[in-house]
Amino acid sequence: MWFLSDEERQLQELCKNFAKNEIAPDAEKHDTDETFNINTFRKMGELGVLGITSDPEYGGAGMGTLAATIVMEEFGRACPALTLSYLAHSILCVNNIENNASEKQKQKYLPKLISGEHIGCMGMSEPGYGSDAVGIQTQAVDKGNHFQINGTKMWITNAQYADVAYVYTRTGSERKNLSTFIIEKGMEGFSVGKPIHKMGMRGSPTGELVFENAKIPKENLIGNVGDSIYHMMKNLELERIAISGISLGIAQACVDACIKYAGERKQFGKNLAHYQMIQKMIAEMATETEMLKRFLYTVAKEYDDGKEGAVPAAMVKLQVPKMVTKIALDAIQIHGGYGYSREFPVERLMRDNKLNEIGAGTNEVMIMIIAKNLLNEALKN
Amino acid sequence: MNELQQELSKQLERFRNDKIEPFLEEDDRNETFKFEIFNSLGELGFCGMTLPEEFGGAGLNYQDLSIALSEIAKSSVSYAATISVSTMVQAILNEYGTKDQKKKYLPELTSGKEIGAFCLSESSSGTDAASLKTTAKKTEGGYVLNGSKMWITSGGIAKTYIVMARTGEVGHKGISAFIVTDGAKGFSYGKKESKMGWRVSPTRELVFDNCFVSEDNLLKEEGLGFKIAMSALDKGRITIGSIACGLSQRALDEAVKYSLERKQFDQAIFEFQGLQFMMADMATELEASKLLVNQAALNYDNGTFDQKIASMAKMKATDTAMRVSTDAVQILGGVGFTTEYPVERLMRDAKALQILEGTNQIQKVIIARALRKEFD
Repeated sequence: MWFLSDEERQLQELCKNFAKNEIAPDAEKHDTDETFNINTFRKMGELGVLGITSDPEYGGAGMGTLAATIVMEEFGRACPALTLSYLAHSILCVNNIENNASEKQKQKYLPKLISGEHIGCMGMSEPGYGSDAVGIQTQAVDKGNHFQINGTKMWITNAQYADVAYVYTRTGSERKNLSTFIIEKGMEGFSVGKPIHKMGMRGSPTGELVFENAKIPKENLIGNVGDSIYHMMKNLELERIAISGISLGIAQACVDACIKYAGERKQFGKNLAHYQMIQKMIAEMATETEMLKRFLYTVAKEYDDGKEGAVPAAMVKLQVPKMVTKIALDAIQIHGGYGYSREFPVERLMRDNKLNEIGAGTNEVMIMIIAKNLLNEALKN
Repeated sequence: MNELQQELSKQLERFRNDKIEPFLEEDDRNETFKFEIFNSLGELGFCGMTLPEEFGGAGLNYQDLSIALSEIAKSSVSYAATISVSTMVQAILNEYGTKDQKKKYLPELTSGKEIGAFCLSESSSGTDAASLKTTAKKTEGGYVLNGSKMWITSGGIAKTYIVMARTGEVGHKGISAFIVTDGAKGFSYGKKESKMGWRVSPTRELVFDNCFVSEDNLLKEEGLGFKIAMSALDKGRITIGSIACGLSQRALDEAVKYSLERKQFDQAIFEFQGLQFMMADMATELEASKLLVNQAALNYDNGTFDQKIASMAKMKATDTAMRVSTDAVQILGGVGFTTEYPVERLMRDAKALQILEGTNQIQKVIIARALRKEFD
């Protein structure tokens, strides 16, 4: 994109090489085995991207949404699943602590998370509360010298590997009375539930966080009791832009794979590139990818420049993953029988992308957000 | 549905709920095909439905077969596909085989004791089937086969393979069809494919290394192989369309059921118009697909088979299966993405339907060809 700074271009180059050399070679294996590429994940610490939005004082890169989107796209081209784990760590955990925690909390948690020594996750969804996230029921009760937490968090990326979890709880009956805690592995009453087997994103661990009379020190409360709703919504905006970056990377990978295959595969005496039907599919998927890229990057740039983000973030999150599922399905179709086998990456890319239409707010929730904002006045009458 | 078809559906619904459904998640994960399930379906008469009773078949028509495959596919596309392909092999034997060949090979297939497989595709000839390279060289008393076949449904578990091989000139006129059985000398199984879906149904490479087959294993006469393959694929379009409709029906049922149960924002998510519209579209597309598939089957049974309608049915029904199953995952949200619910498997299974038995791109070519012919 023409408006990237020199620093952002360097980051792009750095991530491209890292993705090619460190991430791509094992992507298929971790998908098949449902395992987490923890070694490569830790190396992201050396690369300097685990605290992409954090202050250099804590080891962070001190960059913004646009930079985060660049990393997501480049990593996403190679392995969307590992990139999702990267997102959960760097955007949902690290960025949240960076923006909302006290100086003392930041000093305590950020350096190890950013170096890759610790792995982070975030807990919002619950079995009965997905789209209706504000309705969550995990309770935190003030017990004088500590908080007692009860409840279960569901679909938590990195749950099984996390040393630190950033967890939203309910602290009052009023719908918006939510409070946040930093939970450490091994705290009394806190455990990790069973792993969840998934269609895609299989190289990214998903699990439950279980709280049974968990005893959480008072100093682990983020901000004040009952004030979490604002920063919860704020971080979702960044998450939605970032996760769209993963889908964009998937689209690019699909286009690359199809161009390569169309030049190699011969049927009826000539390669597939000669057939108008194949040309149409590739031309359209490349055009859509280009459009999505410009849309996403522009929104990310404007978000860094301070523009209001709820609606634009919802719009990219609605449009990018949805179109990329279509692109990835077409990519399988172009590859025919080979595309359906696990030998070629396109079927994995499709399975991975479907999650992005569901996680970080479903397409349907994006529509609700966009419509409610646009129709705000009309809805009053 | 007539009375018989209703009875068949009910019987299969009970069978799949008792015998297939409970183990499917695990079998899909481990890529396990269970012979006993196939055998039981055979005992119930579902493995040779359209074959004459003389050879152990049930003497039913393609409309009946269509309904049975749809019902099985509601639980498992893999078992439905195994039956679909095995039935296709039986139809070839019945149409082109000699009395002796029929007697020898049909009863064990119609009874479901053994499985039949259809072997046309090769690594470099998929859509362009007529360019296949496997050769069958005439020798004393028979032929020697050399080459390999790819993406063979039921490869390794089937006993009877109909293999297309080149006996003559380049192009479709030089292809002949042979019966090869498991265990034949020089015939071995290559790599088993690891696939996105259809994981219960094994897909495997077949390797022929100086494999001798006797003259008695040639079907009809030399040069008829391509014609035989194409007429089989005509029927395959009806059966694949039927499987697609069963898959769509299950996906839609799961979406409606879940959306009525799942509450968010203090109401069943079914109450949201956004989801209602999605499901209304899914149901409409499915109904249109069913009507097309049914028309194609009816034409076949009446002796008025129409290739254009069959291609339209295959394309429409399988595109619908892809869309409906994708939307079903979306409606189930987070749990839809997990293997605990069946919709993600349906979505993975659906994709193959758009590719095999002629990709949907090839169906468009066939439909366009028919349009030109009608205009001329």
